[in-house]
Amino acid sequence: MSTATMTPQTGPTRSVSGNRTPSSSGVSTVGVIASEWIKLRSLRSSWLTLAAAVIGMVGIGWLVSFETNSHWSHMQPDERIGFDPVSRSLTGVYLAQLAIGVLGVLVITGEYATGMIRATLSAVPRRFPVLWAKLGVFASVTLLLMLVSSFAAFLVGQQLLGSHGTTLSAPHALRAVIGVALYLTVVGVLAIGLGFIIRSTAGGIAALFGLLLVLPAIGHVLPTSWQQHILPYLPSNAGGALYTLKPDPGTLAPWTGFGVMCLWALAAVVAAAVLLRRRDA
Amino acid sequence: MIEARSLTKRYGDKVAVDSLTFTVRPGIVTGFLGPNGAGKSTTMRMILGLDRPTSGSVTVNGKPYVDQAAPLHEAGGLLEARAVHTSRSAYNHLRALAATHRIPARRVDEVIDLVGLREVARKRAGGFSLGMGQRLGIASALLGDPATVILDEPVNGLDPEGIRWVRDLLKGLAAEGRTIFVSSHLMSEMALTAEHVIVVGRGRLIADMSVADLIRSASTNLVLVRTPDAAQLRSLLGGPDVTVSSSEQDVLEVSGLTPAQVGGIARDAGLVLHELRTQQASLEEAFMDMTRDSVEFQTVSTQRDEVAA
Repeated sequence: MSTATMTPQTGPTRSVSGNRTPSSSGVSTVGVIASEWIKLRSLRSSWLTLAAAVIGMVGIGWLVSFETNSHWSHMQPDERIGFDPVSRSLTGVYLAQLAIGVLGVLVITGEYATGMIRATLSAVPRRFPVLWAKLGVFASVTLLLMLVSSFAAFLVGQQLLGSHGTTLSAPHALRAVIGVALYLTVVGVLAIGLGFIIRSTAGGIAALFGLLLVLPAIGHVLPTSWQQHILPYLPSNAGGALYTLKPDPGTLAPWTGFGVMCLWALAAVVAAAVLLRRRDA
Repeated sequence: MIEARSLTKRYGDKVAVDSLTFTVRPGIVTGFLGPNGAGKSTTMRMILGLDRPTSGSVTVNGKPYVDQAAPLHEAGGLLEARAVHTSRSAYNHLRALAATHRIPARRVDEVIDLVGLREVARKRAGGFSLGMGQRLGIASALLGDPATVILDEPVNGLDPEGIRWVRDLLKGLAAEGRTIFVSSHLMSEMALTAEHVIVVGRGRLIADMSVADLIRSASTNLVLVRTPDAAQLRSLLGGPDVTVSSSEQDVLEVSGLTPAQVGGIARDAGLVLHELRTQQASLEEAFMDMTRDSVEFQTVSTQRDEVAA
């Protein structure tokens, strides 16, 4: 009796030991992914934040490229030498990472804040599938959306830069454009990891941007000899190497830097998994 | 079927649930009674795998809930605190939960109709009243058509009609052969709904008996005596199993003696009686009696209440 398979049915009669054919098989990976997709798309805040990321990416690229072109004649010679049309059109990444980061944190802390997490973990008591599904769904949505936005920002930007612009076939241009989308995706993964660890929206957002924005700024106060051993390895500096075509000295090689950023995200996800399994909901 | 064996939960050095052993059987409604902070919610969270026991174990339909392949079909739970994202509609909330087990959308519509939320199903759950929130919680609990249903204070915030609806629903679900475990701090409500009760206080098991037995034990001969010589009479009433309490200056409540015996003792001592009758203790009083120690403890240690609430 106790091990009988229970299946949904609508009739008024059922017995605990019933042998009906199951119309629903239990928790499946596909099911949990579908569940997380429904959760993400059924909140208006998701759409607003994703729209902010797209607008940030393309809009800022558009604005900055337009401004650069119209002020070209006023630019100093050294400014012109250091000018990189690819990075200029992708300036929006700084704004987009705010939106992606905030949404990544909210995807999980929103559940802790409202108590939804108890329903989620009652349905999936093994817990890990929830973490993987949230990561998978959010990373896929971010990658897809930001790839499109990054290409759009590049193409719009080069159009507006006119004769100062370049094309996708320029050296490393394609790497930078795809790199921006990859960078933002890893920002999203890091955000979800921190959200699972910290559980509170304010705390999660503070930790994420402390790591991405504040630490690099603080790092510049350190003695120079320390800076070169620390700054390049901070997640935003390391990941930024992938889309920066004229890097500062000491910056890691593009894919090395991106690898270092992925390690940060991996560390956050591993800590998130351990704590998710260990803590009470 | 729920089986708890020496189930224990400690938060630091506070014991929220203290070595609980009980079995909740299918086919009947089992009430889970205790004052606030007695460890009811913590116990229910452990049953559903949300809290990890410090020691001991609890199984649902023969297996720990966490190890079930299809948890929503084994047990559905409504926990005291709301478990709904406030910005999501009731419909999407249920769709998201249903998706994990690939439960069809048809079943989501069914449970929405069952709890009477059709009109507001597409509205934000954050705007729901307490009663509507409870109904949504019950819909979530029944989504997987589970063999075991666990409800923490389901009638909280419901109007009389809603309370009656829950009562009938629970009895109906039990009649279908399901295991129904429902907590409350109101004995009177449980007396109407449950066939069996498990009473806890301070995290410990106080009673595990049928409601019929409880009523029988609650109505054992309590004799009420009103006399101006209460103190004098009190000193004369003694013997094995005899207890005397006093709620007013000239009133004694005596258990363990019949009215005839009390009257006889009073006459032998030449004491005047103004009133002598048997008094039936209500279920609520029986419950208060059982849990008095834990209630008294509660007012001393408020910290525990916060932890276990």
